[in-house]
Amino acid sequence: MKPIWSSVVAFGSFWYRFIVGDDWTVAAAVVFGLLATAFLNARAVAAWWLVPVLVVVMVVVSLRRASPHRNFLREAQEEKK
Amino acid sequence: MPVHPDPIDDRCMNNLSTGIGFVLLTTFLASTVEAIEMVTIVVGVGATRGWRATLAGAASGFVVLAIVVAVFGLALSAIPIGPLRLIVGALLLVFGLQWFRKGVTRVAANGFAGIKAGHSDEELAWTGPGFDWTAFVLAFKGVVLEGLEVAFIVVTFGVTANLLGPAVIGGVAAVVVVSAIGAAIQPVVSRIPRSLLQLVVGTMLTTFGTFWAVEGIGVVWPAGDAAILALLALYVLTAVTLISIERRHAFGFSPWRKA
Repeated sequence: MKPIWSSVVAFGSFWYRFIVGDDWTVAAAVVFGLLATAFLNARAVAAWWLVPVLVVVMVVVSLRRASPHRNFLREAQEEKK
Repeated sequence: MPVHPDPIDDRCMNNLSTGIGFVLLTTFLASTVEAIEMVTIVVGVGATRGWRATLAGAASGFVVLAIVVAVFGLALSAIPIGPLRLIVGALLLVFGLQWFRKGVTRVAANGFAGIKAGHSDEELAWTGPGFDWTAFVLAFKGVVLEGLEVAFIVVTFGVTANLLGPAVIGGVAAVVVVSAIGAAIQPVVSRIPRSLLQLVVGTMLTTFGTFWAVEGIGVVWPAGDAAILALLALYVLTAVTLISIERRHAFGFSPWRKA
């Protein structure tokens, strides 16, 4: 039973890394944005702008979090050398 | 009694004339990003360990990818276009945002530089007798792993735009072009600005993912399909601004000067 379970976990983990990647909060924000858009749309409120705005905000937040002191640029340069 | 056509089907028909260029371009560029790495691996293994087993491994990898595209494509084609656009749009959006963020980070860090070809210890010259299974596995693994993302983009993008044929043509064309360049002048492949391509494809996937997912909910975009261009402009502006800010803060110079 254990090898089957570990294969299932490995398979799920592959697809999670493949689609969601290293920042799950971005994916969660997209799901939230789509649900909120559906909710507002069902109440006849124009909500087409919500997901694009959320995408821009989440990219900024995610990059800021990944590089709190912007050291990642210097690290990438050093790796390159 | 008059028959009113389904607006989503109507839009699909419009996409046939207006979307084919976008689909071809996006799948071609996305496939180019992965094909660069794929060809770098295959040419590297072939040049060091010999071509027979390497090409056999690469060919087997392409067969596996073709099966994945056929099965995945048929499965997705069976889903109605509305829910398909919501599900696939959301997936493309989440997936595209990964490439978008990586593209911004890498272009900010490396400018328009290409990739550095890595060589593992396994890529030492093969001198033994018989078939070189290590070269076979390395080439197979390189093609399948790098090609899986291409297959994902080609199928989801093609089926959702109702243009799977052009999407497959875009993907195959990219692999053929990069392979031809790799075979003719190997060092040129590693100089193709992969980070920039990744950013461009990430931007396009994010754009189409946003458009399709929101449309799949039933929301009508202002200006219809022209909203795609507005979304593209918004995300390009975001990327350029972020790259500019990151580079200015880190190095104190312009984003477009070569690092």
